[in-house]
Amino acid sequence: MKKIRVFCFVLLVLSMILTACSGTKKATTLNLYAWSEYVPQQLLDDFSTKYGITVNYDTYSSNEEMLAKLQAGASGYDVIVPSDYTVAIMIKQGMLETIDTSKLANFGNLDPRFVNRDYDPGNKYSIPYQWGTTGLVYDNILVSSEPKSWSDLWDPAYKDRLVFLDDEREVIGMALEVLGYDRNSTNPDELNQAEQKLIELKPNILKFDSDAPETAIISGETWAGLVYNGNASLALAEDSNVAYICPTEGCTIWFDNLAIPKGAPHMDTAMLFLDWVLDPQQSILITKEFPYSNPNKAALDLLRTDDPALYESYMAFSGTNPDDTFLANTKPIVDVGEATAIYDSLWTDFKSK
Amino acid sequence: MSEKKPSLWLRIYSILVYGFIYAPILILIIFSFNTQKLNVHWEGFTFHWYGVLFNDAQIILATRNTLLIALVSTLVATIIGTMAALAMYRYRFPLYNASETVMYIPIVIPEVVMGISLLVFFVMINFNLGLSTITLSHIAFSIPFVALVVRARLHGYDKSIDEAAMDLGANEITTFRRVTLPTIMPGVLAGAMLALTLSLDDYVITYFTAGPGSTTLPLRVFSMVKTAVTPEINALSTIWVLIIFILLLIGQIVQRKKA
Amino acid sequence: MISEQISEKPKSKYSITRLLRENSKAQGLFLISPTNIYLFILVVLPLILVTILSFLSRGTYGQVEFKFNLSNYTRLFDPLYAKILGYSLLVGFGTTVICILIGYPLAYFIARAPARQRSLLLFLILLPFWTNFIIRIYAWMIILRSGGLLDSLLQWLHFTQAPLNLLYSPTAVMIGMVYEFLPFMILPLYTSLEKIENSLLEAAADLGAPPWKAFLRVTLPLSVPGMVAGTILTFIPAMGMFVVPDILGGAKTILIGNVIRNQFLTARDWPFGAAASMVLMLMTMVLTLYYTRKAGFGEELLV
Repeated sequence: MKKIRVFCFVLLVLSMILTACSGTKKATTLNLYAWSEYVPQQLLDDFSTKYGITVNYDTYSSNEEMLAKLQAGASGYDVIVPSDYTVAIMIKQGMLETIDTSKLANFGNLDPRFVNRDYDPGNKYSIPYQWGTTGLVYDNILVSSEPKSWSDLWDPAYKDRLVFLDDEREVIGMALEVLGYDRNSTNPDELNQAEQKLIELKPNILKFDSDAPETAIISGETWAGLVYNGNASLALAEDSNVAYICPTEGCTIWFDNLAIPKGAPHMDTAMLFLDWVLDPQQSILITKEFPYSNPNKAALDLLRTDDPALYESYMAFSGTNPDDTFLANTKPIVDVGEATAIYDSLWTDFKSK
Repeated sequence: MSEKKPSLWLRIYSILVYGFIYAPILILIIFSFNTQKLNVHWEGFTFHWYGVLFNDAQIILATRNTLLIALVSTLVATIIGTMAALAMYRYRFPLYNASETVMYIPIVIPEVVMGISLLVFFVMINFNLGLSTITLSHIAFSIPFVALVVRARLHGYDKSIDEAAMDLGANEITTFRRVTLPTIMPGVLAGAMLALTLSLDDYVITYFTAGPGSTTLPLRVFSMVKTAVTPEINALSTIWVLIIFILLLIGQIVQRKKA
Repeated sequence: MISEQISEKPKSKYSITRLLRENSKAQGLFLISPTNIYLFILVVLPLILVTILSFLSRGTYGQVEFKFNLSNYTRLFDPLYAKILGYSLLVGFGTTVICILIGYPLAYFIARAPARQRSLLLFLILLPFWTNFIIRIYAWMIILRSGGLLDSLLQWLHFTQAPLNLLYSPTAVMIGMVYEFLPFMILPLYTSLEKIENSLLEAAADLGAPPWKAFLRVTLPLSVPGMVAGTILTFIPAMGMFVVPDILGGAKTILIGNVIRNQFLTARDWPFGAAASMVLMLMTMVLTLYYTRKAGFGEELLV
């Protein structure tokens, strides 16, 4: 009996210690819900130190996942990072708090080209975080001939050598463009054809990965793939033979934004964070660690003097700094409303083949 | 079972199976010392990743959460489950069959179904997802397992010692405390251990009921496996295996001493 | 009169305690009520909610709309989903069978080992059982990846020339599943085998039965409770698995667990996901009931 008493006592004390550990928390918190591999720890740590705020960083791998969790009522998040079409959906559903950009001292650092876009006129609900494209990455040593179009990937030589994002809109959209249709088509006939086309491609795809597809390229397991520009940059950092193009049929362009979900518990901390991210000193941390395209003009100017070598490679790489021909061939992803169910069915069907 | 010497084939086979079971774990441990960041080929020996691991704030948070949830859920589930086991074993009462069926539900339904049902439930009653929802869920699936284990150990429990104690003047509570409980304690502890493992290891149900800042080790490991596949995960795994090894060893020694 | 009044003093305050003390039914109910209440709220109620949800429909942006219909269920009869359900059944079944085939001899070996060795052998099975399963699956990524350890070993032994490309294939998924559930099968099998008394086998030998016959007629039938318990612990989770196909299958293999999870977290069609869950649950419950009715639950093995 005594042993049990001691045991219970120890358990109780342990649980109290553990709960108390959280008591040494600082004054307030910021609950960040963002893409994995997107926010540098350094940025969060510096924010934490400067303002004495604890930062919790939970991750998701797709807009749909974030949207699903939020719609499920996972409240408690202060800052989220939705893409353009997701911001549009969330505005329509009243899921976002309004942001008064006049209160953000660093707002002017943004390149005017990326502000006031059609998915959120006047930036009432979101501010740009990073932008980018989704294109074709390949290792020019491993491939026998450099691919120029998406349809090149259907070549049997690529068997088990491709890595694709696990994203139904990106992949089905690509197939639609290969067939000459609109990437955002809602026509069931066109979608069915796209699926059939993809089924032909499936033997070539080694894996679907939205979290870190660059590892499959760096390790040499795969030779090419459909990835975000940031993944391509990360691959380039480890493997100088990496190239990233917008194939002839076309590719997507997207803009990610910081937004505050409705009912966020820590509005002021959130606004503080938004302003913090817009600070050029912080913004270059993002470019250094996750090289997507940075809409923060002041940050890029700072990068030129802070790290000229990195600035050079940033400017030179099609992933981070696409030229006009690249951009001319891009199209945004648009929400398809009701047709989402068709896309989803097709995607499940495609995966099960 | 017979103590005849098992055939050579059986012994060879068993060694092979043990090898199959342990090879991945050993490889995991060895590669935790790999200098290559991508951890595809062996490059060199280093302790670097252990350093990274101990400085990883998210891991530390996840560990704290996991332990807290496990402790609370084990405690509650063990108490409630033991009570249920006693009820099912010794008594006949109205709703007996219904209670038994309900108790078996968490065991026979797939985790994913239980996970989403809890998600739906918490959302519908507007209960914020977080540490509390995870803990409540863990208790829910642990109770039946504890009850099952304790009930199995109750087989052959001799009621006459209880009766003797009561004849000697002890009331029900004292009898329970001093006679019943110590006798069934091994079973209760076995049930508690099971509840502990189920909670520490749970991924699926936690995945659906987690909220901001309430990430647990299994969730963190999963996301690490999918994103930054560096030897840091191997380091975490090695430490985990080591701790389990030590705990099991202690358990064995304690058992030996008792016998 | 007055004395009667005095002797009736211990009234309502004590009658509950007396009830509990004397009425065994009350005692039983008292002990089971925390479980019943807790499980009703957190298991039965949620499942009822899910059942209701399965008859509703999805709004344009993924909200739930209160339009009652059976479309979710009819959608499941679509060849696509029927195929996935069938495939999941196959995977669950296959995993269980392979685990029994691999695990039985080992369980037999441990059960027949001398007592001292037995605890060591059991300890060696328990250790992986207690280690986090995602970690163990990740270990297979290292082994199976193209150009990884298995490939290197096989090529060094000249069994193969080129990489096998095992990772991210259905084979890898099966390897992962079997590896995952093997301890769950071995432990119950061991427990039931260990309980078989020597005397029974000696009697069989005395009656002239050769060892293989003794095995078939005595050992095997008596180990059935172990197989049942092991099957329940393997088949049901295996059917609902989505982690292993996700990690080792490169997200290329889709089981019903993946479908359900996708409905809740990406496709945001909760009603459909609820319907799929209901069907999965019904399948596992029916199979379990059928199986256990024939061979018992095997719970005596949890000692």
